[in-house]
Amino acid sequence: MATIYRWELRKLRAQKRSYLGLGAAVLVPIIFAVAVAIQPGEPADVPFGRYINDTGLAFPLVTLLFGSIWFYPLIAALVSGDIVANEDNNGTLKTILTRSVERSQVFFAKVLAAFSYSAFAILLSGVVATVAGIIVSGFNPLPTLSGSIETPERGLLLVGGSLAVYLMPVLAISSIALLLSTVTRNSAAAVVGTLMFSLLLQLVVIIPGLDGVQPYLLSTQFNSWEGLLRTPVDWQPIIRAAWVCALYALPALALALTVFLRRDVAGG
Amino acid sequence: MSGVAPVALRGLTKQYGRITAVDDVSLTVNEGDVFGYLGPNGAGKTTSLRMMLGLIRPTAGEVLVFGQDPQRSVKALADVAGFVEAPRFYPYLDAITNLRLVAALDGNDAKGRIAEALDVVELSDRAGDKVGGFSHGMHQRLGIAGALIRRPRLLLLDEPATGLDPGGMRDMRALIARLSSEGMTVMLSSHLLAEVEELCNRVAIVRNGRIVYEGELNELRAAAGLTIRLRTTDDELALRVIAGRRGITDVVRHGSNAIQLRAADETAIAELSRALADAEALILELAPSAATLEDLFFELTEGDGDSAGEAAKLDQAAELTGDTH
Repeated sequence: MATIYRWELRKLRAQKRSYLGLGAAVLVPIIFAVAVAIQPGEPADVPFGRYINDTGLAFPLVTLLFGSIWFYPLIAALVSGDIVANEDNNGTLKTILTRSVERSQVFFAKVLAAFSYSAFAILLSGVVATVAGIIVSGFNPLPTLSGSIETPERGLLLVGGSLAVYLMPVLAISSIALLLSTVTRNSAAAVVGTLMFSLLLQLVVIIPGLDGVQPYLLSTQFNSWEGLLRTPVDWQPIIRAAWVCALYALPALALALTVFLRRDVAGG
Repeated sequence: MSGVAPVALRGLTKQYGRITAVDDVSLTVNEGDVFGYLGPNGAGKTTSLRMMLGLIRPTAGEVLVFGQDPQRSVKALADVAGFVEAPRFYPYLDAITNLRLVAALDGNDAKGRIAEALDVVELSDRAGDKVGGFSHGMHQRLGIAGALIRRPRLLLLDEPATGLDPGGMRDMRALIARLSSEGMTVMLSSHLLAEVEELCNRVAIVRNGRIVYEGELNELRAAAGLTIRLRTTDDELALRVIAGRRGITDVVRHGSNAIQLRAADETAIAELSRALADAEALILELAPSAATLEDLFFELTEGDGDSAGEAAKLDQAAELTGDTH
C-alpha cells in the first residue's frame, strides 16, 4: 500500500488544485500579518487577538480561530472531496483497479494521502503564521487563557500542540469530504457539500434549545485546542474532541469504503 | 495454470433496473484464441468485458479468468491486461509517468518493460508529453503499452481500432496479430465484422445482451454458405441441371441471363460446374459474392429479436454443411 500512497501523493503534486489550497494556507496568514503590521489595533474580540501586537506566537492561534468556520474545512475539502471523484472524472478508476492492487488498498491509500495533505496544509499555515507573526511582533512570551505567561519556547511548543489538536476536526472534515467524493463521484458536489455541512454545524448552535448538543458538534471541536492554552492544561475538551471527531470520521470512512468496494465502475 | 480456460463465462447476467444489459451469457475462450466478441453498439459487449475485469458485479452467473473470480480478488487478473472503452490515463501526467504509475501498481519487473512497450506502440518520442494533449489514437496506443507492461497471457480489448484513422487501424490490427502469433490469448470486442474476420479464429455474436452464435469463424462462414452468381450459354438448361442438386439452395434467376444460388461449400460448386459442362450449359461466369457472412451477421444482430428464428436459420445452414453448434 505504501506504493499506492506514494503515487497518490505524486498525483496530488501534479494537480493545480493542490497548490490552490496550499497557496491559500500560506497567503492568508501573510495577509493577516501584513494587515497587522500596517494598521494599528487588534481583533480584541477573539481569544489571543489582543496579544498580536505583543507576540508573534498569537498569530497562528488567531488564524486557527478565524479559519475554523470555512477556511481550513475548505482547504481539506478541496483535496479530500476530489481524491476519489477525480478518478471518476478522468475515467481512471478502471485503469488502476485492473492492475495488481485491491480496491481496499486503493481506498486506504487515498484516505492517507488526503489526510497527509490536510495535515501538511495546517502545518504549513501554522508555520507561516508563526514566522510572519514573529517578524511583525517578535518572539515574545505568550499569555495563556488563564492569564499566566509562558516563555516563548514553551509558547512555541503550545502552538505546535494546538495545531496537532486542531488537526482532529480537520481530519473528520476530510473524512466527510471523502465520503461525499465517493458517493457523489463529483468533485464540486463533494467540496460544496462538505462546506455546507461545516456551515450547517455552525448554524445548529444558534437554534434555541439545542445548546445541549453543542459539545458534540464537530464545529465545537475546532476550539478544543484552547484547552492546551490554559494553566494547568485542560485535557477534557481535547479528549472529547478525539472521540467526537472519531464518531464523525469513522462511520463516514466506513460508509465510503463500503460504497467504494461495492460500486460498479461503469464510467470512463 | 495450463489447461484452465483464460475466460469462462457461465450464465453471466447484468441488469440495470428493468434493463438487462447482459443476458445469460456463457462462453469459453481457449488458450491461444483470438476471440471476437461481435455485436452492434449497445449489445452489452463492454458491460461483459467490465465484468471480466472485475469492474462491475454480475447480477447473476459467474466469470472465471484463468479459473479465478475477479470479483473476489484482483489476483485473478494477474495474467490479464486490457482496457474497456477508451483507455484512460491521468491527463496532468506525461505518458511515461502514467506508465510508471501503473507499473508501480503491478509491481514485479513491470517497470523494466516500459521503454520496450512505448517502443512497440511507437510512442517513445512522446513519452515526456502530458497525456491530456494526446489524440484518441495515441490514447489507444498508450493503453496497449499499459497492457503490455503486465506481460499478460490474456489481452482483453474493447473496440481497439474504433476511432483510429485507417493507418492506425492497420497498425493496431497488425499488433494484435503479432501478439497472437507470439502465443498471447486475445479477446476483443468489435462491432466490425471485417475486423473480427481479419483477426479472430473464434467468435461470439451478441445481440441485445444475448449470445446468438458462438463458435469457429470458419464454421460460421460455412454456415453462411456461398452465394454464387452464374451465367451460362443456356440458363434454362442450367436451371434444370441445378434443380435438386445436393448443397445448392436459394436458386433465383435475375433477369434473362444471370442466376443466383447459394452453395453449401466449394465442393458443391465444383460438382455443379462439372455437371453444367457435361450438360453442355457452358459457364460464362461463376463468381462468389462476398456479402454472405455479413448478411448472416445482420440477420443475427438485427430484425425483430426472434432468437429462436435465428437459431433455426443457423441450424438450417449448419445442416447443409454437416456442422452442429
